Amino acid sequence: MDFTLLVPEMFVAALACLLLILNLVAPRGERRGLVIFAVLGILAAIAVVAFNFDMFDGFLGRMYLVDAYASFFKILFLIAALLVCLTTMNYYKPLAGEGGEAYTIMLFATLGMMILVSAGELITLYVGLELMTISFYILTANLAGEDARSSEAGLKYLILGAISSAVMLYGFTLLYGVTGTTMIHEIAQFKEASPAFWLGVIFALSGFGFKIAAVPFHMWAPDIYEGAPTPVTIFLAVASKAAGFGVFVRFFLTAFPQHADHWIPVIAIMAAATMILGNLAAIPQQNIKRMLAYSSIAQAGYLLVGLVAASEAGVKSILFYAMIYVFATVGAFAVTIAFNNVSESDDIADYSGLARRSPLLAVTLLVCMLSMAGIPPLAGFAGKFYLFSAVIEQGFLWLAIIGLVMSMLSVYYYLSVVRVMYLGEVTDYSAIKLKGSMKLVLYVCMVLSIILGAYPGPLAELANIAARFMF
Amino acid sequence: MSVSAIVFWIIAAVILGSAISVVTAHNLVHAAFFMVLTFFGVSGLYVLLEADFLAVVQILIYVGAVAVLIVFGVMLTQRKEMAQTNAFSRHKWVAAFLVILLQILFGYAVTHTPWLVVDEAAPDTTVGLLGEMMLTELVIPFEAVGILLLVAVVGAIILTKGARRIL
Repeated sequence: MDFTLLVPEMFVAALACLLLILNLVAPRGERRGLVIFAVLGILAAIAVVAFNFDMFDGFLGRMYLVDAYASFFKILFLIAALLVCLTTMNYYKPLAGEGGEAYTIMLFATLGMMILVSAGELITLYVGLELMTISFYILTANLAGEDARSSEAGLKYLILGAISSAVMLYGFTLLYGVTGTTMIHEIAQFKEASPAFWLGVIFALSGFGFKIAAVPFHMWAPDIYEGAPTPVTIFLAVASKAAGFGVFVRFFLTAFPQHADHWIPVIAIMAAATMILGNLAAIPQQNIKRMLAYSSIAQAGYLLVGLVAASEAGVKSILFYAMIYVFATVGAFAVTIAFNNVSESDDIADYSGLARRSPLLAVTLLVCMLSMAGIPPLAGFAGKFYLFSAVIEQGFLWLAIIGLVMSMLSVYYYLSVVRVMYLGEVTDYSAIKLKGSMKLVLYVCMVLSIILGAYPGPLAELANIAARFMF
Repeated sequence: MSVSAIVFWIIAAVILGSAISVVTAHNLVHAAFFMVLTFFGVSGLYVLLEADFLAVVQILIYVGAVAVLIVFGVMLTQRKEMAQTNAFSRHKWVAAFLVILLQILFGYAVTHTPWLVVDEAAPDTTVGLLGEMMLTELVIPFEAVGILLLVAVVGAIILTKGARRIL
């Protein structure tokens, strides 16, 4: 047993436990420093993962896989956690007094995701998934008592999440019953598919579909994204979705490559439906969090396109797009946090004249939304280019066309927000002052959304290295 | 029909009957007790499969802890009238139809699948083997479950203290 392979996971677990203890022993009023401690800890964890990026090893055979693919996702989760921590700093007042537990739970959720993408075996996979999801139930509901929407969202997520976990677990037991193994790569040696085997595949598919909020398993997303505290929404939309994709892609490409002809068309239809429904439903939304929720459903559709390709290029494009999606989404939601902090409103109509009140907020929202829409030369364009070219290579031209049409459609609702911000009537001339940590997040997200579009080479190369380990 | 087959069908009937009653009982307390019966039935299945440890754990955790917790939950949120506490939604016939459809699908899948059959006798005691597995092969999920419990405990405290933003 080579325990050094688990150093990143141990590091994050230790960091979370340390934060929990510090939160208890630190005197009241001195707890503001905890978030800085968390941020520095996460930075160190990123360094630990990055240090062993380009390796391929397994703990106890192939029980737990430590490869560049998993490391890429681990870095993504940690970056997301880092940005989310920064958005909460100074913006959620009680942190100075109480409440450092939230960072602990967030780090444990990150740990769950890290276990999830490294899992080479079904029991490990399931435990990682539950660690992530249960942490999210707590985070989603933690405004309960103050905001009824938060407790409603928490309860909904708990019930729906539990059902989806149960369905997925049932699928796993069926697969185990048929194949007699819980090792993902050994399932692939099982050539003949029986009805129970397919039932297992379908159940696993619906479980993963729920986690990534793909149509028809998306119904939970808008309510929960709207009701949860916005930093939690960001983490849910970005990291939880990426973790879902990480394990979904690994599981299907490792366990069922021999049946690819059967499941790829199903995923293609799911991808098309997700892109169409996500984008169409985003158009009439009046609340910016709901709009971004539907847009994040649509983004899951684009990411699914990469899985339909089921090739090295496809996996590479998923990795690339997942990373740029982090910056675009965090940027857009961070603007809503900063705005809500001043105006206590999430209505798009209230964004009227935002460009005058805070040019930085308006520009960041503009860049991040256009990046999500895939306008060149922003990062989203490069991402969609990789995704669609990978799927066209595999002969799914129709899917790429749907994706392109829907991307163009999405420009409409993104630009309608921009129109309100830049051309809307200015009713309130007071400037919005931003704290340093928030400015940092906004600049990072905006600049990276531009740089990764104009100069995608290095990230694409990393994604390439990571994707190679899947085949 | 062998003795074990007869026992299996009796247990299966108990599990199914009580599980259906959990859903159809109008009184939440009755539903909770039917659930206890279901859990006992499942542990009977484990005994039949010679999985002694699982059978004991099933009773200890599900009957001893989960069911008692639920009954306590019902007690603490008591209403004056318990008759209609386990309400049905408006869609009960649609739900029944879908469930039956799903059962037919499952039935087809289960009967048309060549399942793996193990000829070896079950080990005398499973506790040692399970313990060994948890600390060797399954050490990562074992440790992760430990963390999961910690998260659940911290989360329960946060949520029950309530009325206080933590993020």
